[in-house]
Order: sequence, then structure tokens, then C-alpha cells
Amino acid sequence: MTPHADTPTTGGTGAPPTVTLAIWRGDAGGGAFRDYTVRAIEGEVVLDVVHRIQAELAGDLAVRWNCKAGKCGSCSAEVNGKPRLMCMTRMSTLDTTAPITISPMRAFPVMRDLVTDVSYNFAVARRIPPFAPGPPTGDGTYRMAQFDVDRAQEFHKCIECFLCQNVCHVIRDHEENKPRYAGPRFFVRVASLEMHPLDTLDRRQLLRTELGLGLCNITKCCTEVCPEHIHITDNAIIPLKERVVDAAYDPVAWLGRKILRRARPTPAAEAAASSPAQQHNEVIVTDPPAVSGD
Amino acid sequence: MSDYETHTFDVLVIGAGGAGLRAAVETEAAGATTAVVCKSLLGKAHTVMAEGGIAAALGSVWPEDSWQVHFRDTMRGGKMLNNWRMAQLHAQESPDRVLELESWGALFDRTPDGRILQRDFGGHRYARLAHVGDHTGLEMIRTLQDRAVAAGIEVFMECKIIRLLTDPSGAVCGALGLWRESGQFVVFHAKAVILASGGIGKTWKFTTNSWEGTGDGHALALWAGAELVDMECIQFHPTGMIWPASARGLLVTEAVRGDGGILKNRDGERFMFSYIPEYYADETADTIEEADKWYDDKTFRRPPELLPRDEVARAVNAEVKAGRGSPHGGVYLDIASRRSPEYIRRRLPSMYQQFKELADVDITTQMMEIGPTCHYAMGGVRVEADTEASTVPGLFAAGEVAGGMHGANRLGGNSLSDLLVFGRRAGIGAVEYARGLQHPPVPDPGEVEAAAAAALGFFDHGGPENPYAVHQDLQEAMQSLVGIIRTEADLVRAVELLDELDGRARAVAVEGPRQFNPAWHLALDLQSMLAVARATTLAAIARRESRGGHTRDDYPDPDPEHFGKLNMVVRLDKGTVTVTERPIPPMPDELAALLAAER
Repeated sequence: MTPHADTPTTGGTGAPPTVTLAIWRGDAGGGAFRDYTVRAIEGEVVLDVVHRIQAELAGDLAVRWNCKAGKCGSCSAEVNGKPRLMCMTRMSTLDTTAPITISPMRAFPVMRDLVTDVSYNFAVARRIPPFAPGPPTGDGTYRMAQFDVDRAQEFHKCIECFLCQNVCHVIRDHEENKPRYAGPRFFVRVASLEMHPLDTLDRRQLLRTELGLGLCNITKCCTEVCPEHIHITDNAIIPLKERVVDAAYDPVAWLGRKILRRARPTPAAEAAASSPAQQHNEVIVTDPPAVSGD
Repeated sequence: MSDYETHTFDVLVIGAGGAGLRAAVETEAAGATTAVVCKSLLGKAHTVMAEGGIAAALGSVWPEDSWQVHFRDTMRGGKMLNNWRMAQLHAQESPDRVLELESWGALFDRTPDGRILQRDFGGHRYARLAHVGDHTGLEMIRTLQDRAVAAGIEVFMECKIIRLLTDPSGAVCGALGLWRESGQFVVFHAKAVILASGGIGKTWKFTTNSWEGTGDGHALALWAGAELVDMECIQFHPTGMIWPASARGLLVTEAVRGDGGILKNRDGERFMFSYIPEYYADETADTIEEADKWYDDKTFRRPPELLPRDEVARAVNAEVKAGRGSPHGGVYLDIASRRSPEYIRRRLPSMYQQFKELADVDITTQMMEIGPTCHYAMGGVRVEADTEASTVPGLFAAGEVAGGMHGANRLGGNSLSDLLVFGRRAGIGAVEYARGLQHPPVPDPGEVEAAAAAALGFFDHGGPENPYAVHQDLQEAMQSLVGIIRTEADLVRAVELLDELDGRARAVAVEGPRQFNPAWHLALDLQSMLAVARATTLAAIARRESRGGHTRDDYPDPDPEHFGKLNMVVRLDKGTVTVTERPIPPMPDELAALLAAER
């Protein structure tokens, strides 16, 4: 072990301080919480304690993790019932006088212990028409003002932890909605494409039908759990809803707004002159195939 | 053995980080059926943790920049051990690869006139790193991931490759994998295999690397008969978190220094001015006044905080050893006193969040405590520069698993560009090779049976060892004996310990089911880590000089006449790891002239 790295949370002459996690163990066939008690060490996050339990008490405890720095979104779980990244949840923020429960994300089928089957998300990703830029400027490169990339850059911060999907009650307690609902992560993805200054596709029809944007009733649960602090509801979902409504009921207003946005002057005359808006070309995605039954 | 599923592709790519995805996009576009296999979920590879940016001489901030200057910076940063042809191709092609990534949807930060903004980094003469705040790796991996998904490339997620398969001639023609989820085996038949498996950092105790960095690709190549090069050269990044203990090793991006941050010791002294090596004296500022002018005027010389990483890591190490360190055994990284809070939060959002949430430190008002952490393997599979072909037919390598590009020390930002440039080239090389095959090679089924049986053996033999304990002891050994500063005595002791650990790793017993069993996965990863650890240690014994990411206390100076002209080559010879010296080929005059140019 690593004695010099181990600083007890409290001093004293008694037994070293300990902490107890109640971790859900099981598989698709069922399971139960089991208590594990290990040493407590100052400054640790929940994932550290889970790792110590793996190393000392339960070698086969299944858990996903990668970066341990809040950058990859692998270690999502529910800590005392709250969806969190285990690597960014400090033990000092939790009440350790009672066992801390660690359970897998509820919206996805359990594979084993804390590992869930998140393939639903990868299936949704495949249904979103990819980025389709207009032609570059004369020198073969693109020009974009920082002001115009700010919005989409916020959405590019998404680390695909799927915590927003996990808390979205459209699917959390309604498995039957999954085939016709993309979920907040993928509304953010569509928003990142729709608000990308170079993109030329129009995915509004798809949002309205196959991706089920209308099912979201903006309770903001997704925004609350986002570890990247993306304003999912306000900056992605609501603007997308407005665009979908505009497209369905007021195409002139939509077009007007789009032209105004595209024509905003950029700091350099050169950039404005070579804006992709010059060659902007709306491509409407044809109606998606009907979604198979729920 | 139990039955296993079999898949057949033209090209198999092992690894789904920047190099693997870029390679796969290339092979698929060339019409080759392609599979990508990765140990984690798609989008979680270690590339996602890259922070500072992609080095490319775009010249959008400093028009004076050019591939020639980038080449020179790279070779000097690598202490001339680099495969100069790779450094040339990298410098020439990285601008196109960055622009290509932009055309695929990446959104880099912008200059006032709407072009790609570039930031300063250590060892680079001009601001050269295209970036997105301090999460450039995330932008790269998501862009490539979306591109791969749109192209319909098949991705086998959470699948670990445990052996490369060869035909009777020795050519690589597939791989044996293990589905982590089910614990079942899977065999891939492929005309060509591209290794893009990343690094080896998990062999050390304090590392920036994720759990995946266990040197699988290095080991797979070695076992398949390929040569590794420069394995003794390990980069210790000078700025890793050191407190709290559980966060020790986490990367603190060099962008903090590129954007104006400085290093201070316990006494508040900006100590890097005391550590300017002769080699860099001509291009490094020796007064605070000059250093601070450089950010806006490149006619001045660079601040010493922006020396290459090997130099800065040794300096930090020396300050701590001299008793001038911070309370937790590091030094201070200060940007709070240098830049406005608004600037810091905009340029370094991930660092702001990481320190706030893990250490209760507000980097806009407080200094960070940092120290060296194992970050990157310069060494790797020896490849042909233009095609990334290894010394074994059918086997290619790109990214961190490949060696040569970075020589003895990699410059910050040159890794992400390496992934794109050589990922693409490996894809082209692999497709060309596959097309040239007269008959698709067939793996030997006996090889599959033997490797699968060995993997399952951990469940059966009831040995006494816990894989987590063996791993911790391996990390302790490598950290203390094969770290930043090395000696012959320590290295020899490390080999003895590795002999012991080899035995213990074979005696690991795994309990529980085959389904998603991390102890079993670690038992298998240990095989890779031990192979890599041995390769590194033996190469480190052989290089009796100090150069880049290899510092010998008993041979503290470079030896330009002998070791400066050699690469250390590691291979398996009848089951034994051997090291041989290989002369560096002479550089063409036109490239040599670039190095002779004034700063």
C-alpha cells in the first residue's frame, strides 16, 4: 500500500477512521446492496473509496471509470440516490455517519454491479445527420467569429456521462419512450450542429418526429445534474423547440432570424466578406422512416 | 476451449483515441472494411484528457511561423533522437490535419479576424497550438467519433485485445480479443492491423494516464516479434496535481504556463531562471523583464517556464530535493497574480473546475501546488516514417504506441498533431499493404486456443496473489527506481523486482464470474505492463548518458559522440527481452541546414 499518501481524516489514538459504502451488487437477474467498510482518507472522492473496496474486499466489483478527473464521463452512478460522477464527488461533501449508497444509473439496464448498458445512447447518436459544412473561403479555410462559435462551443463541452439521460423522466421511468425520444444529451448534440456557424443541414423535422423533442416538458432536471454546467434546457432545448415551432407554423419568422444571425458583422471585414452565409444552402432532411412500435 | 465468435475485416484498428479513429476514417474512406476495437466505451479514450492544443504551423497568429521552424523546435525538443523523417512529415502535414478537423466540425477558439487562434507552449518558438479552451482533446475525440459513426465504421467497445495472431510466415493477420462485458472471446481476422493503443503510464504510481494506459499495444507488438525503440525515454510532465493525495498525478495543462503562468518555490522565487541549460541559453530569457515581454513580442526570448518539459520537470524535482518545495512536496504554479480572473476562467475552464472541485483551490486567486507526473512514452513500436509499418508485416502503429517521432522528449501539443498526421498515414499504409496481399493470411487456430487458455487460467489455479496488490507494487517499483532520475544500481534492482513481479503476476487468482470482472482485466493488463516495464528498464540501463526523458545520475551529461547517434531497440529474442543499439540514419542536408539556422 501507500502509507505516506494515507492521511487519516481525524487524529486521535483510537482505530483509524473508516467509511462504509453500500454498493449495489448484482446483474440483470437482480441484486442487492452490500456494505463495505474501508479506511477513510482525507481529500478522497467516492471513486477512490470504490477502488479501495475493489482492491481489498471485492476484486470483481464492476465499475466503469477512465480519467478520474471529470473529463471523460465514464463513472456516472447514483450516490445516495443523486446522479453524480463518482470521480468528482468528494467524500467530505457526504454524511459518512451512515452508509453511503452507490447504485447504477437507473434509466439504463444493469449489466453488472455499477455498470449499465448504455447502448441506447450510441444508437440515438447514429440517427442524427452529421455535420455538413458549406464550402470554405477562397483560400480553402473557414472564417468564424468567436461570438458565433461561443454558443456551439458550450455544447461541445459535453463529456457524454449520460447523467442527463439518466434523470430525464421521459425515459427514466418509461422505457417504452426510448425508441421515439433522443433525450437531453442528443438535443444538445443537435443544438451543437444547428448552431454551428458552418453547418447547412436542417434537422428540425427530425427533432419533431423521430427524436421526440415535444416529449420534453422542460423540467430542467438535466441541467441540474450536468457536471459540465451546460445550460441544457435554456440554451439547447428551448431554442430548438422555438425553431421547431417556427418551422412548423411561421417559416418567414424562422428564415428572418436565421438570415439576421448569419449576416451579423464580424470584427474583420475580411471575415464578413467570406462568411459561409454567402454560400448558405438550406438542405431539408427528408421525412425519417417511421419509428418502430414502442 | 469454449467457442468464440469470429469477424473478418480488411483492417483492424486497436484503440479508439485520436490516432485510431483518424486511421479508421482513412481506411473506411479508402473502401477497406474496418473495425475499431477499444477497451472502454467509444469517446472515453485517453485523448479526451488532452488539454492544451494541437501544434501546427498554421501561422494564423504569427505569420512568421512555418513547418521548418516547427521541425526545428521538435528536433531540438527531442534532443535529436527523433526519427527526423517523422518530424518532417509531422511539421509539414499538421496544418492540413487541423484544418481538416475543422471541416469535420471541430470548433477551435478564434482570432479577431475569424481564424484559428493559437496559443504558446513550451519549446515552441511561436504560438502554435490550435485549441478549445483547455479541453482540446475532447473536441478532437468527439469530432473524430462523430465522423466515424457517420461513416458507419464498426466499433467493438469494451473489448480488450490479448494477442495478435500471426500466419506461419510471421505476418500479423488478426487478433484475439476478450469482451469485457460478457467475458467471452472474439477473434478478428484482418489483412492488416493498426495499433493505436496509446501509452503506458499506469505502470507508474503517479501518472496522468487513465486506467487504459497499460501498454497493451507495446506488449502486443513485442510478443508478435516487432521492434520497440526509445523505450527508456519517458516524459514526466512537470505540472501534475499533488494535493489532495488521491488527485496526485492529475494533469495540470502546460497551457497555464503558455498563457502566462509561472513557477515559484517556497520562498516565492521564480526559480526557473536558475535552470536554463546551455543548450537552450540562446533562446531563453534570462531576466524577468525579457521573459514577460515575450508573450507579445517574439523578438524577445522565451520565459524559462516554457523550456521543454524534461527541463522543467528536472528543475521542479531539484527544487523540492533542495528543500525549497511546497508543503505537500511540490512547487507553486501561479497564474492568479499574472492574469485577470476573467481571462483565467475563459482560457482554462477545466483547470479552474478541477482545482475548485477537487482541492478547494481557486486558481484565479490562489497558487496551485504541482509536481512531476508520468505522462507520456516517447518510445514505442519502431515504424517506417511514411507508412507507419512496423518491422513485422501486416502490423502498423500510430500515436503514442509508435516510437520515433518525438525522440527523447516530446513537446507539448505535438501529440495531438501526431495522432492526426500518423493516424492518417497508418490508414493509408495499411490499406496499401492489404491490397497488395495475394492471399489473405489465416491465423493459426492453435495460437488462439493457447492464448485463451492462458487467460482463463487465472480463474483456475488458485494462486495466492491479488492483482491489485501486484499492480501497486509494480507502480511503487517503477516510481522509485525508474523515475525521473535514474542510476544503474536502481535500474538493476528494478530488473530483480520485475523478475519477482513476473512470478507473482502469473500466480494471480481471480474470483467471481467472467462477466465484467475488473480483477481479471487487471490480471491481463499486468502482463502488458510488466513487459513494458522490462523494456523501459533494460533500455534505460543501456543508455549510459542523460538525454530528454532519460536522466542518469551516474551519467549526468549527454554523450553526443556515442549515444547521441543511437536509438535503443528492444525486441524479443527466443522469449528474452534484448536491447541493441541502432545507428540513427544521417539527416539530409536540407533538414540539417534548418537545425543549424539561428533561433
